[in-house]
Amino acid sequence: MRAWLTHHLHSLRTAIDRLTSTPFASLFTILVIGVALSLPTGLYLALVNLQKVAGSVNTDTELTLFLKLHTDLEQARSLAKTLQKRPDVRAVRLIDREEGLQRLQASGLADIAAGLPGNPLPHTLLVTPRDAGSPRLETLAAELAKLPPVDRVNLDAEWARRLSALMGLGRDIVLMLAVLLGLALAAITGNTIRLQIYAKRDEIEVARLIGATDRFIRRSFLYFGAIQGFFGGMAAWLLISLAALVMQDSVSQLAASYGTRFLIAGLGWQEGGILLATSTLLGLLGAYLAVGHTLRSLNIP
Amino acid sequence: MIEFDRVTKRYPGGHEALTDVSLKIAQGEMVFLTGHSGAGKSTLLKLTAAIERPTGGQIIVNGQNISRLKRAAMPYLRRNIGLIFQEHKLLYDRSVFDNVLLPLHIQGLTGQDAAKRVRAALDKVGLLKREKARPITLSGGEQQRLCIARAIVSRPAIVLADEPMANLDDAYATEIMDMFRAFNQVGVTLVITTHNLDLIRRYGGRTIKLERGRIVTA
Repeated sequence: MRAWLTHHLHSLRTAIDRLTSTPFASLFTILVIGVALSLPTGLYLALVNLQKVAGSVNTDTELTLFLKLHTDLEQARSLAKTLQKRPDVRAVRLIDREEGLQRLQASGLADIAAGLPGNPLPHTLLVTPRDAGSPRLETLAAELAKLPPVDRVNLDAEWARRLSALMGLGRDIVLMLAVLLGLALAAITGNTIRLQIYAKRDEIEVARLIGATDRFIRRSFLYFGAIQGFFGGMAAWLLISLAALVMQDSVSQLAASYGTRFLIAGLGWQEGGILLATSTLLGLLGAYLAVGHTLRSLNIP
Repeated sequence: MIEFDRVTKRYPGGHEALTDVSLKIAQGEMVFLTGHSGAGKSTLLKLTAAIERPTGGQIIVNGQNISRLKRAAMPYLRRNIGLIFQEHKLLYDRSVFDNVLLPLHIQGLTGQDAAKRVRAALDKVGLLKREKARPITLSGGEQQRLCIARAIVSRPAIVLADEPMANLDDAYATEIMDMFRAFNQVGVTLVITTHNLDLIRRYGGRTIKLERGRIVTA
C-alpha cells in the first residue's frame, strides 16, 4: 500500500515537473484545449440562458382578442369584466383603440399612423390564462373566439413551439460539438504525450534498464495527460466566465430596452465540476492511447 | 549464477556477435572479460541483462531462463543486476542524488530509508559532497563513479560493468578496481569487460578471453 502510494506520488511529481519544465509549450497546449472545450461549453451556456429568457416569456403566455371594429368601449369593458370572472382566466387587460394607436406611434410607426384617415385599430383584450398548458390554452382560445364581439383570437403559442424546436436543435448541436471537440482534446493530449515520450527516450531507456516496469514508465505520462486535461478544463471555465463578463454589459442594455433586467448565468459549481472531470478523463484517455502505441514503437528492451 | 549454454547471437544483417558460447560463473566470482573490440564482450553482457535476446542456446541468470523470459518479468530480473555502462547513461536533467535515487524509486523505496542508502552509495564512490551537482558538471571519472553508485545502491547480487576503466587514468582505474574488489568481498558477483591487461594482472581473478565471438580461454 505504501509502495503503491509512493509510486503514484512519484509519478505525479514527475508529471508536474515535465509540465513546468517547458512552461510555454504547456501553456499553449492548455490554451488550445481550453479553447476547444469552451466552444461546446459556451454554446451550452448560451442555450441555458436562452431557456431562461424563453421560460420567463412562456409563463405569461397571452391570448390577444381583437374585437370587431364597431364594438364600442362600453361593450369592450363589460366583456373584459365577464372574462375576468371565468375560472380559467387570471387577468384581462383592455387596450382601447386610442391606446393602441398611441402604442403604434410610440413603436416608431408614427408616419404610417399619421397617414391613415381614421383609427383602423379595434379595441383589444389581452387575456392571461391561469393555465398556460398547450391543450387547455387552445380550448380557451376556441371558446373565446366564439363570443359575439370577438373578431379574432391570436394565440402566441406558435412561436413558442418554434423556439422550443430550435432549442432542441441547439442541444443537438451542443452534443455533437462536445463529442467532436472532446475527441480533439484526446487527440491533442495524445500528440503532446507522443512528443514527450520521444523527448524522454533516454530517460525511459535508463529506467527500463535499471528495472522499471512498463507500468511504472507509463504512469507518469498518464498523469501528465490527466493534469493537462484538468488545466485545459480550467482554462475553458476561465474563458467562458470572461466571455460572460464581457457580454453582460450589452445584454443588460438589450434587456433594459425591453424594460427588464437580465443576468447572464455562468457555469455553476456542478457544471464546472463536470467540465473539469470530463476534460481530465479525456486527457487521460488520449494519454492512454498514445502511451501504449508510442512506447511499443520505441522498442526499448 | 550466470550460465551460458551454446549461446549464439546473430544481429539482423547477418553479423554474428557470439558463436556457440558456453560458460559458467559462480556466485561471488569476479570475472574479467577481455578481447578486442568487436569480439562480443558487450553482447555477452547485454544478453546477461536481457537487453538483447539470444538467437540460439540458453542463458540462465539467477536461476531464471532469460531466453524464455516474458517482458513483464524482465524488470524484476534487472533489479538484481547492477549495470555499469561504458557510455554512463546518466540523466542529465536531474541531480547526482536523484540519479542514484532512481533505482530505489523504481522499487518503491522513498523517504529517509532511500536517502540514507543513496548517501551510503555516494559515500562509497566518494561523491557525497557533489550530491546536489548536475552530472554534466562532473569529470569523466566522477561520472563513471556516479554510474557505479547507481548500480550498487539497490544492493544487486550481480554487477555487470562494461569497460568501466576506459578513458580513465591509472589512478582512477585503480580506485575503481579497489571499489569492485570491495563489493566482491561482500559476495557480489562481478563481470567486468576490459582491455587493460595490466590491471587484470595486478588484481588477479578469472579471465575469459573472447575472439570473434568465441571463447578462446576460460
